[in-house]
Amino acid sequence: MDLGEINPVLLVASLMVAATPLLLAAIGELVVEKAGVLNLGVEGMMIVGAISGFAISVETGSPWLGFIAAAVGGAVLSLLFVLLTQVALANQVASGLALTLFGLGFSALMGQSYVGVKPPDMGEIHIPVISDIPVIGPILFQHDPILYVGIALTTAVWATLKYSRVGLILRAVGENHDAAHALGYKVIKIRIMAILFGGACAGLGGAYISLIRVPQWTEGMTAGVGWIALALVVFASWKPWRALLGAYLFGGITVLQLNLQAAGVAIPVEYLAMSPYIITILVLVILSADKSSAPASLGRTFHASH
Amino acid sequence: MIVLEKRPQPSKAWSYATPLVAVLATMVFGGVLFAILGKNPVEAIGTIFWEPLFGEFSFYYRPQLLVKGAPLVLIAIGLSLGFRAGIWNIGAEGQYIMGAIFGAGAGLAFYPLDAWYIFPIMVIAGAFGGWLWAMIPAILKVRFGTNEILVSLMLVYVAEQMLASVSLGLLKNPEGFGFPGSRNLQSYESAHNAELIAGSGMHWGVVAALIAVIFAYVLLNRHMLGFHIRLTGEAPRAAKFAGVNPARLILFCLGLSGALAGLAGMFEVSGPSGVVSIDFNVGYGFTAIIVAFLGRLHPVGILLAGFLMALTYIGGEIAQSQLGLPAAAIQVFQGMLLFFLLAFDLLTNYRIRAARSEVA
Repeated sequence: MDLGEINPVLLVASLMVAATPLLLAAIGELVVEKAGVLNLGVEGMMIVGAISGFAISVETGSPWLGFIAAAVGGAVLSLLFVLLTQVALANQVASGLALTLFGLGFSALMGQSYVGVKPPDMGEIHIPVISDIPVIGPILFQHDPILYVGIALTTAVWATLKYSRVGLILRAVGENHDAAHALGYKVIKIRIMAILFGGACAGLGGAYISLIRVPQWTEGMTAGVGWIALALVVFASWKPWRALLGAYLFGGITVLQLNLQAAGVAIPVEYLAMSPYIITILVLVILSADKSSAPASLGRTFHASH
Repeated sequence: MIVLEKRPQPSKAWSYATPLVAVLATMVFGGVLFAILGKNPVEAIGTIFWEPLFGEFSFYYRPQLLVKGAPLVLIAIGLSLGFRAGIWNIGAEGQYIMGAIFGAGAGLAFYPLDAWYIFPIMVIAGAFGGWLWAMIPAILKVRFGTNEILVSLMLVYVAEQMLASVSLGLLKNPEGFGFPGSRNLQSYESAHNAELIAGSGMHWGVVAALIAVIFAYVLLNRHMLGFHIRLTGEAPRAAKFAGVNPARLILFCLGLSGALAGLAGMFEVSGPSGVVSIDFNVGYGFTAIIVAFLGRLHPVGILLAGFLMALTYIGGEIAQSQLGLPAAAIQVFQGMLLFFLLAFDLLTNYRIRAARSEVA
């Protein structure tokens, strides 16, 4: 065991990479839940995003096209959730589970010929001067572009929800869909947009795992990240900046346990590997006392009778 | 313009018909999927649904239906009780693993003793393992209001790591030449969940599944607790006034579904599988969710749905070896089934009407 081999600068830098898929998926789901919809299919949309992004970037050689394809893939799968919950008015919990089960199978089917293939490299952004600053440079300014997209998206979602009219309408729909309907807002239409946005974000998060974090394709490679993202939204009390904080916290735990495994700590590998899931449970327990910030219409089906 | 009109009462006829319609729609769209994969759709569907029952080698496949169906039915019965009351245990896969670990562990602790009481102890230990694992989300839900969906699911990943840990350590076969995995319980007679009638596929897990179906039916139709479960699901406000204790219901539903999933794992590890190994679990805990919904959360329905799902597993394996159909295609097929079921359920609760569009 040699803890001295763990380089703190690299640790923090890789923490940000590990946190990005979580952040992307959680921000998307946050918007969905703010609109009053509980989509438990995040894991399914992520894995479909992971394989669509992977396949397209291998075929075209362009990681950017891959990420676009991943967003489209996630959104297309979420369209199935739209059909079930907004058109057929099915139970949201069951529909979300269906989405995940279907997504896992579908991605395995699509990914058969991509096992063991290496995706094209996206490269890192190198801004002269600031990325050469010692310590801060490698931590903050030497990453792939999508990581910054994640942070930009968090900012955009925060500003939209807080300051714009669109954000206000979205929150109104999530808090009280009957009142929003009475005011003349198209509840279903707004929810559909939110679900599609959430699907696209989850797709991006999935592709980040298969194209940058790992980078290769294996069946079921999201390994519960989508579910942790769902927990993260609760952790964040539906606030974007807290989601960012939470994502970095979970990213930190993941990276730390991987580093400890590599350093050969006396704790068995299996116990280290289960730690992110156990910590998720602990965090949920600590935070579940306060439910006041949850959108009031979360998970309820809306059907306009007039 | 088409509008949906909520039915005052869910339609009885449609509630029986939707699973059948969903199966038909899955066959059609599954056929399209198989055609895209370059297989003859009619042949593929035929192989999946016909071969195991009436094909040339059906004498081999028919017993397999019981072997595959029993764990699905056992788990789904437990899940359905909770689902009816809005208590979502989706971590049955983890409880299944823990049941197997506890059950096999109890049996292996006696090795090589030969006694009649070993198997019953394993049954109890298996149920206890699953129950214990389900009690974690149950107690957290009751005590802290923690979301049981996320906790029970997180525990699946924890259980998978536990499984890896014991098959490489605690339960590893000391005579296994260093390979991971436990002793084979099939060759340890006192712990072996053998076929009750040779060649029939009928083992104690099948018996347990049938008992669970009858038990759940009686509970839901003839017992106060079953009435409370139904009431909580269908009219939560009325349940509150009727004095239903939600905490008790959560502990009961999660505990029972955990125990049944644990039993399923224990019967599997001591019978058809025989060995605690890293890849012991094959997703029965998740497929059972589809079984529960396909069976309309009704015990008899679940029995039929479990049979159908077992058929797709075995038929899928045959199609895999005979037609080269990828294993994942069957997974997609099963996922589709749940989709269509949820979608067609619209017809149970709503009436579709053509209406003149008017300005409100």
